[in-house]
Amino acid sequence: MAVLSPTSVDQLLDMLGANPAADLIAGGTDFMVEVNLHSRRPQSVISLRHVAELREWNHRPNRSLVTIGAGLPYASMEHGEIARLLPALAQAARTVGSPQIRAAGTIGGNLGTCSPAGDILPVLAALDATIHVISADGARDLTWSDFMLGVKRNALQPGEIVHSVSLPVVDGWQGYAKVGTRNAMVISTVSACLVRDADEGMVALALGAVGPTVIRCFDAERWLAGSTGLRRGGTISDEIALEFGQRASAESRPIDDHRSTAEYRRHAVGVLATRLLKRSFA
Amino acid sequence: MKPTPLPSTATPLDEHYSLRVNGRDMPVQDAWVGESLLYVLRERLGLPGAKGACEQGECGSCTVIMDGAAVCSCLVLAASATNSDIVTVEGLGPNGSLTDVQQAFLDAGGVQCGFCTPGFIVAVHHLLEENLQPTDLEIKEALSGNICRCTGYGRILEAVRTVADSRSQGA
Repeated sequence: MAVLSPTSVDQLLDMLGANPAADLIAGGTDFMVEVNLHSRRPQSVISLRHVAELREWNHRPNRSLVTIGAGLPYASMEHGEIARLLPALAQAARTVGSPQIRAAGTIGGNLGTCSPAGDILPVLAALDATIHVISADGARDLTWSDFMLGVKRNALQPGEIVHSVSLPVVDGWQGYAKVGTRNAMVISTVSACLVRDADEGMVALALGAVGPTVIRCFDAERWLAGSTGLRRGGTISDEIALEFGQRASAESRPIDDHRSTAEYRRHAVGVLATRLLKRSFA
Repeated sequence: MKPTPLPSTATPLDEHYSLRVNGRDMPVQDAWVGESLLYVLRERLGLPGAKGACEQGECGSCTVIMDGAAVCSCLVLAASATNSDIVTVEGLGPNGSLTDVQQAFLDAGGVQCGFCTPGFIVAVHHLLEENLQPTDLEIKEALSGNICRCTGYGRILEAVRTVADSRSQGA
């Protein structure tokens, strides 16, 4: 049988151990495009669709942590309890493709493909997510920056799969923004996620589609951290918001390609960073 | 339009499985592992209602209902769909008769070349099962994965509103 459909994680790991060369398919929204357009010829495939454990999620209030199974589709993050706890994740999920794509695509698939334009990835970076990886030999946890290595390259070793992702529940504003040629069915030209931690008086900003992997704007963040307005109830001037955008823009590393130019992307980063920061005080 | 032909050389056609489509168990014999659900529906199971155009999930012409969700059948690996309930456009109306959605598309002039229509019909059925009285924004959002290059969408929206109104009056 060339397509295996395990129903438990144990079964999945056994099958993966016995077939280390097998392809893994989650929602299929990247995988099947490659098959249909003949750039991938699968020999044997392990489908993750029926592994119920991978579609679960939980909230541990005592640790202010949400853990989301790799197989949970975007449609399940758009509304409801996950959207209340992680508003930026919900916003990002709502920008993915179309309802048909969001019913199929998963957070594990976004990480497995690891495209620079992966819609969810800036949210994981801005929230300092932890990626839980498992194999027959055991489990290991990676930071988002240790996981995402390059253009469609990640730290998964043969026999490993993404099990789940843990994200902190932060007290403070968070939001996501994306530039593309239209609202639906578009791969982002630039995406950005901003998270304000009201207790710490800190801002985190992560950018997508403007570098080989997601970029955290640590210099802009540090510069802004000197601004006392970040504390609860504070405010910031338009000039500071503008300079924050310019600094974020300087940290992006975009390229010219068929979707946009580096120059436009650099400009759009500045606009999105300024806009998100101002929104966080609105 | 014929779906993308399969790679011809050295492609093992040794997959055997069964799909549950429109309430019937349908055997699939001697298939290639990489075949999409769209290909299998059209070329192996005699169900050409779902249309193949972009083969990358962008156009929505191949939309089917799978375990209660509207999905692009071109992005489903057919051999992985063995435990799923699949409903195609052929399975929406009893005994091949038109559904209220299909009739409303005809009445409103929401069909021109007709290529995208089966995908729209399936997506609208799915929308109205989840949301009896969608707003215009909700209709547009629900149909944002279906592309029509003829109608300009106005008459399609009109058809959806008509069905929503008549269903909620009938209820």
